[in-house]
Amino acid sequence: MVATGFEREQILDWLSDVADPEIPVLTIMDLGIVRDVDCSDGVTVSLTPTYSGCPATEAIEASVVAALEDRGVADVRIKRVLSPPWTTDWISNEGREKLRIYGIAPPERRKRPIACPRCNSTTTERVSEFGSTACKASYKCLECLEPFEYFKCL
Amino acid sequence: MTPDEALVRYATRLGDNALVLGQRMIELVAASPELEEELANANFSLDYIGQARMFYTYAGEREGKGRDEDDFAFLRPEHEYRNLLLVEQPNGHFGDSTVRAVLFESFYVLLLDALTHCGDEGLAGIAARAVKEVRYHLKHSSQWLVRLGDGTEESHERVQESLNTLWRYTGEMFAADEIDDIVRDAFQGPDLEAIARQWRHAVTAIVKAATLDTPDDGWMASGGKEGRHSEHFGYLLADLQNMQRSYPGVTW
Repeated sequence: MVATGFEREQILDWLSDVADPEIPVLTIMDLGIVRDVDCSDGVTVSLTPTYSGCPATEAIEASVVAALEDRGVADVRIKRVLSPPWTTDWISNEGREKLRIYGIAPPERRKRPIACPRCNSTTTERVSEFGSTACKASYKCLECLEPFEYFKCL
Repeated sequence: MTPDEALVRYATRLGDNALVLGQRMIELVAASPELEEELANANFSLDYIGQARMFYTYAGEREGKGRDEDDFAFLRPEHEYRNLLLVEQPNGHFGDSTVRAVLFESFYVLLLDALTHCGDEGLAGIAARAVKEVRYHLKHSSQWLVRLGDGTEESHERVQESLNTLWRYTGEMFAADEIDDIVRDAFQGPDLEAIARQWRHAVTAIVKAATLDTPDDGWMASGGKEGRHSEHFGYLLADLQNMQRSYPGVTW
């Protein structure tokens, strides 16, 4: 085995610069899709897809390779890990706050009314379970009357 | 047939069901009754195509002959596809598509759930990912069945007719063949008899909530699992494989 001279912590730090292509305020670390980094033989990054049909999967893998190559990591490999499947519970608290500021109501861990990301009112109404992407639903705030998206629990 | 051969064929079949239904649902885009349905169907279709990619990739890995997901999807002729006849049936009117989705998804969700407990880690992993998505799809299609069945007199009549027409394709889902038996015995795979009972229970409840009548079991169509398809399938595949047939070996 050849030591590559890269520390796991360093790689993780660099990965926290890689943005999700569909919700660019979130990094892949915020999303919780980085499962492991192994520096024992080259650098292997284990990633988990969010949804089976998520069109961003390939784009994210390419961004990870590009981000590490830019920092001089020559031998980057991506491993797709399916099990256990990704869940919105893995989105970090920081990620949830970023989503809210961005205007997307973060997934609620407990059953409670969805709060409007703009005015915080919980008097909201679901317009459609299906939003602009598979992971979001469309809502409307009955207080400030703004439409907003809710990141669905999975 | 060795257990490994059966597993490859089993995974391919799961991929075929997912790809063909995904292709059918993408045809609904720009033909849905309302905007939300456009989005829903496009999203569901993406889920199915994503599942097909995982099943095909896995089948190719286990087979060890260097085939990848694209080889399975684009380079196989009609008779090598082993999907259920139900998923290839044309979209028809919206009630037909809804009934097709309810009948298949209520089966598929039980099958995937059973696969999450099977002895093959690869299949169990894909199933664990997919089952969460299909539960959601089923929730959506069931809601539509209730809206149409318990809607107007016309919607009730038309969706009852869809149910009566598509019912003949449900028998094939539970008709275990050699591949199903080997996967059940060698990998603790799904028991189709048990799934048939659970399915009947679940579907009867949805159909009842939709104020519709569960059709009697009559003659059941079969052949999809052996590669004998309905006449609609050739057209679907011609559309799906058009690029590779027109420009063999083309890549992005």
